[in-house]
Amino acid sequence: MNYFKIIVNGIVKENPTFVLLLGMCPTLGTTSSALNGMMMGLATMCVLIVSNFLISCVKKLVPDMVRIPSYIVIIASLVTILQMCIKAYAPDIDKSLGLFIPLIVVNCIILGRAESFAAKNNPIASIFDGIGIGLGFTLGLTVLGSVREILGTGSIFGVNIYSENYGMLLFVLAPGAFLALGYLIAIFNKLKKA
Amino acid sequence: MEKLKSSLTNMLMVLTAIAVIAGAALAMVNSVTAPQIEKINAENLAAGIKAVMGSDDIQVAPAEEIEGYTSYKVSDAQGNALGCAVTSSTNGFGGELKVLVGFDQEGNILGYTILQTAETPGLGAKADTWFQKDQKGDIIGKNPGKSNFTVSKDGGEVDAITASTITSRAFLLAIKNAYDNVIANPDAASGASAQVKDCKAEAGECCSDSTECDSINK
Repeated sequence: MNYFKIIVNGIVKENPTFVLLLGMCPTLGTTSSALNGMMMGLATMCVLIVSNFLISCVKKLVPDMVRIPSYIVIIASLVTILQMCIKAYAPDIDKSLGLFIPLIVVNCIILGRAESFAAKNNPIASIFDGIGIGLGFTLGLTVLGSVREILGTGSIFGVNIYSENYGMLLFVLAPGAFLALGYLIAIFNKLKKA
Repeated sequence: MEKLKSSLTNMLMVLTAIAVIAGAALAMVNSVTAPQIEKINAENLAAGIKAVMGSDDIQVAPAEEIEGYTSYKVSDAQGNALGCAVTSSTNGFGGELKVLVGFDQEGNILGYTILQTAETPGLGAKADTWFQKDQKGDIIGKNPGKSNFTVSKDGGEVDAITASTITSRAFLLAIKNAYDNVIANPDAASGASAQVKDCKAEAGECCSDSTECDSINK
């Protein structure tokens, strides 16, 4: 198995935001700015890598009929640990993302990858799948966050480009998230075909 | 290795084992991070109280619970009472909006800071600067009991944040609630209560004002 291929697969062919359309709740909810989107993507990636690895390690030990509850307990514990660490060592991130971190538990990307990849492949390949999908998700969220931040408030990563007064409020709000996401998916698919 | 069969014993054993290991891991991380989290919260609160009282040189009394609001009596370094800082929360546009507001002895607002917010970035999230001194929605120095403490859209005298009326209403309601329940509460042993009771007796409109505000905000 080519590990490089697994990573590229996660970023391009099975990009969770633009191709699989998984995890739409955090995608739309946290991308009001580029930085928030990126942080959310990275937090999800951390959980995804570890959960993929652990689930791949225990896959033979977990009977089929209780696999979903087992996976959920593992994922939820990881998310809770991550949340406690963020609260303790990165209070600024906690301030902007605190509400969305617990939601990673029910992010379908993580359970989806556990079912479709980690439960069928070896632990090392699962780690690389976590990195690939995680990077793809982070990329998707950062791009979407940047577009919304530029159009909505006239800045990117907090750096002002033009006056906030000319920003289109719509893009900071939920409908703008859907619009921007729709156009980005169209562009991404066009690029992928080319 | 063969995959374990889905027999009752296997399932029970596996689930129990996973739950025990997960619980142990959580307890371990919690024991490491809990003191740190508490320290950060305490630091934030101390910094917040200093900011809302407008002075660095203060003594803060232990927290008091009054009608569900947490109040901290504050005095200056010489022990003269300055007023009190109160935490109060309401539902904003995106979730809980928690503010810390400082009142002087007469019940006038000395300052405020937002402890927790889930408001829209670029819109409601502006509340942390919008209502500060010399900003468009300046509330510093106002007395929620004496002035018409609602947004101008509801007939009040505070300018709401552009395109964020709901956040503005929630924010003002949080401060108004803190004032009504802690500062103007005759039962509360708050440092400012004595003077404020007089205000209520003199200006009967205080009470009618507050009920009006409440019904509008609901």
